[in-house]
Amino acid sequence: MSFIAKPKVAHPGLPRNELGLTRRDYEGGMSTLCAGCGHDSVTAAIIEAVWELSLRPETLAKLSGIGCSSKTTAYFVNGAHGFNSVHGRMPSIATGAIAANRDLHYIGVSGDGDTLSIGFGQFAHAIRRNIDMLYMIENNGVYGLTKGQFSASADVGSKAKRGEENAQPPVDPVLTALTLGCTYIARSFSGDKEQLVPLIKGGLMHKGFALIDVLSPCVTFNDHEGSTKSYGFVRDHYDEVVHADFVPPATEITTQYAAGDATAVTLHDGSRITLRKLDPSYDPTHRGKAFNYLRDKLQQGEYVTGLIYIDEHSPEFHQVNRTSTVAMNQVPYAKLTPGSKGLEKIMARYR
Amino acid sequence: MLQSADAADRLNDFVLKLANVNGTGSASANTLLMKSIFRMGVPVMGKNYFPSNIQGLPTWYEIRVTRDGYVARSGRIDLMVAMNAETYARDVQEVSPGGFLLYDSSWPRPTLLKRDDITILGAPFALMCNETFKGVRARILLKNIMCAGALAALLEIDLDVMRTLLGESYASKKSLLDSNVRALEIGYNYAKEHFSCPLPLRVQSMDKTANHILIDGNTAAGLGCMYAGATVGAWYPITPSTSLMDAFKSFCEKWRIDPVTGERLFVIVQAEDELSAIGAVVGASWNGARSFTPTSGPGISLMNEFIGLAYYAEIPAVIFDIQRVGPSTGMPTRTQQCDLMLAAYASHGDTRHVLLFPNNPEECFHMALAAFDLAERLQTPVFVMSDLDIGMNDWMCPVLKWDESYQPDRGKVLTKEQIAALEKFQRFVDKDGDGITARTLPGVHPKGAFFTRGSGHNQYGGYTEDAAEYQLVVDRLKRKFDTAKTLVPKALITARSGPRDGGHEIGVISIGSCDGAINEALDILKRRGVHVDYMRVRGFPFGAEVEEFLATHSLLFVVEQNRDAQFKSLLTLETAVSKEKLRSILHYSGLPMSSACIVEGVVAEMGAAPKIRAAVS
Repeated sequence: MSFIAKPKVAHPGLPRNELGLTRRDYEGGMSTLCAGCGHDSVTAAIIEAVWELSLRPETLAKLSGIGCSSKTTAYFVNGAHGFNSVHGRMPSIATGAIAANRDLHYIGVSGDGDTLSIGFGQFAHAIRRNIDMLYMIENNGVYGLTKGQFSASADVGSKAKRGEENAQPPVDPVLTALTLGCTYIARSFSGDKEQLVPLIKGGLMHKGFALIDVLSPCVTFNDHEGSTKSYGFVRDHYDEVVHADFVPPATEITTQYAAGDATAVTLHDGSRITLRKLDPSYDPTHRGKAFNYLRDKLQQGEYVTGLIYIDEHSPEFHQVNRTSTVAMNQVPYAKLTPGSKGLEKIMARYR
Repeated sequence: MLQSADAADRLNDFVLKLANVNGTGSASANTLLMKSIFRMGVPVMGKNYFPSNIQGLPTWYEIRVTRDGYVARSGRIDLMVAMNAETYARDVQEVSPGGFLLYDSSWPRPTLLKRDDITILGAPFALMCNETFKGVRARILLKNIMCAGALAALLEIDLDVMRTLLGESYASKKSLLDSNVRALEIGYNYAKEHFSCPLPLRVQSMDKTANHILIDGNTAAGLGCMYAGATVGAWYPITPSTSLMDAFKSFCEKWRIDPVTGERLFVIVQAEDELSAIGAVVGASWNGARSFTPTSGPGISLMNEFIGLAYYAEIPAVIFDIQRVGPSTGMPTRTQQCDLMLAAYASHGDTRHVLLFPNNPEECFHMALAAFDLAERLQTPVFVMSDLDIGMNDWMCPVLKWDESYQPDRGKVLTKEQIAALEKFQRFVDKDGDGITARTLPGVHPKGAFFTRGSGHNQYGGYTEDAAEYQLVVDRLKRKFDTAKTLVPKALITARSGPRDGGHEIGVISIGSCDGAINEALDILKRRGVHVDYMRVRGFPFGAEVEEFLATHSLLFVVEQNRDAQFKSLLTLETAVSKEKLRSILHYSGLPMSSACIVEGVVAEMGAAPKIRAAVS
């Protein structure tokens, strides 16, 4: 970790977003993670994304469970409420928070242990409910705070720092999410900010559950020869299939694509995601084909990255529930009770 | 046989028990009988003893007709309606001497149904149903209604009242109404022709149920949640709490859906388990919505980790524990007060929680409101400790009235303007000296943002591993718990002992659903010359009035429904009372309490105390 706090005064020349805020205004507390941790790069990408989106800091809510990854919600956007809850249970906190106030942007940060082991059930059910949030897994295949045990995402044959080889098959969050009906699924790499930032922006603006599985190497316990979650291995076995660019509402798509190379998906707020297919055979709107493609590539030891699947039509949690557009925590009390007249009517049934 | 002198005694004062097979429609016949008597102005008590099963197992319903308005079981059975051959043997044994048994004589009377000291009556209900109605299902379901008709003749229940009730139930189903009324009348006429009606057990109209309702505690609590302004309910189905969320849902569907747009002013999350249910409650409460979960003991066990988080991170949460028999899965359809210690100290580390103890559905309604107010005022989990007896049985209660001046107490939540005016927001600094600090809600103002965590934190909300900073926060939490003592509902104290007779101040202390049995027991004891004060504790932590009652009585009976005297343990742990003064009266069979065990418990102890022996004998 770094012990040198940055000065509070921002350089007057720093670029400002639509709200007149600089990137510094979206920073959080000082990271206490190991120097070189992939998670800090993810934090930087989140800061970049919310700054570019010009979100008011207080309209963001940061949720996490327990673990190295879950600590990172303290390291970005100080002006947003954060909730570091219990191990593996952030999805239920998110469910309740979203039920109570549909007006905020929710970003959950979790890890492979938090999501795929202790929290696997909650993760699955949050996807089923299609709650409107961005859920990021900082996936490094290893338990850091307890010093180097395999996690459920460790690949067969992957070696621990002390040489032990993992024999149990991994749980792949992307394949899991595809089967559970997740409506926005991406995989990225902490070392690829250019790919990650637009995925975060798209995930935040997507109406429903957006999952980004970020391969985020652990420099202390899982960055050695023989690990399949090391910086080196990920760089060498990294296959971007669909590159996404995020285009805010009422902005012209300026990037030039070769004909037939790119398609655009319009999100609920009018923003668009342009999808540039790097493998022409791939279809990110077909769940079954996406699943087969990914499974085959995984068997070949390749991490497919980019925007893997998107569905902008399935109703999210509040649409299914037909919840009032007024957030539940904003409804005046008078609207919530039928008063003494109502109680008289109700009582008649019990006489 | 009852002597004629007894007959007057049994007018509006007897117990009827119906033995049935579950899934055969007996519930609607039972309700019809009980409600008819209630509509005749006669107080009733109903207890349902049902199996953890959907169809085919024995089930019993006990109706106590009680002109004196007692709400507990009496311990005797005057008329058994034996409709389940499988349980004939035990049903016939349960009838009190001089009582009656009515059975279905469609088949030859089994030798099992034989006792010289009771009167046995047979009516061929199944045969008559088969002759009158078509279809297997209708024949099975209407048999119980036909039996209710026979009981109307035997007990002189007003047939018009029963017809009216059927009319209300089947207002939109004319064919069902016709067949039900027909079954009722066939049963009634059969009894009139074949038996000497009425029996000495008789119902006669009174005026004692005006301004009263029959309602179960879970319905009343669900109603209370709606009136409290709860907008987020999260739950995992578990007996015996399920009907609470069912009630909340049906009230909200009636009153909280915009008739034009169909938009709903409530969210119900049926979670994947209780861990997730309490997580959603904590998340919603953190975000400023009133949120609750109904559950039972096994659910609380699962929720422990989150309850500790809510305690330490100071987030409101309302939890209804509809207690059932433990340990483990226990007996899910039987009642106990067995989660007291579990709830009071739920979760690891130093935790203590606020508990409320309703004694009946009326208090379930009011304590639901109190629970939300306390949870938000104190920023902590609050448990409403109901049980299966209160939650799932119909109780006679005063009509619930609404105080239009009620406004929810949202506690110390800073507004946008208040936050803006602050130099810096400090989440856990105790400015008022009551241990309760101001909180902010997400989305209101960037200056109000803070980091909620279950890890060690200082009074500014920042992470800490510093001893002094840690202790500052947990010591304040202890002060906050002292504040809670002054906010929970006060214990109700009934002085019955009259003038003191030389230092023998005797008291009974109890909680929740023991109340009915205790009140009846104290009346019985009083008639026998034993005068006992009574304190019904309604909240934990215990207030000053509890300490005072304990201090001013020399002998105290602690009445509760569990094996290990959990309430007595709480009293000894959390008050200054000396253990030597406390005597336990425990009831933990899974059935609701009757007064007998209290009378026996008190008399046995008094028998041992020579000075009072004379009064008792």
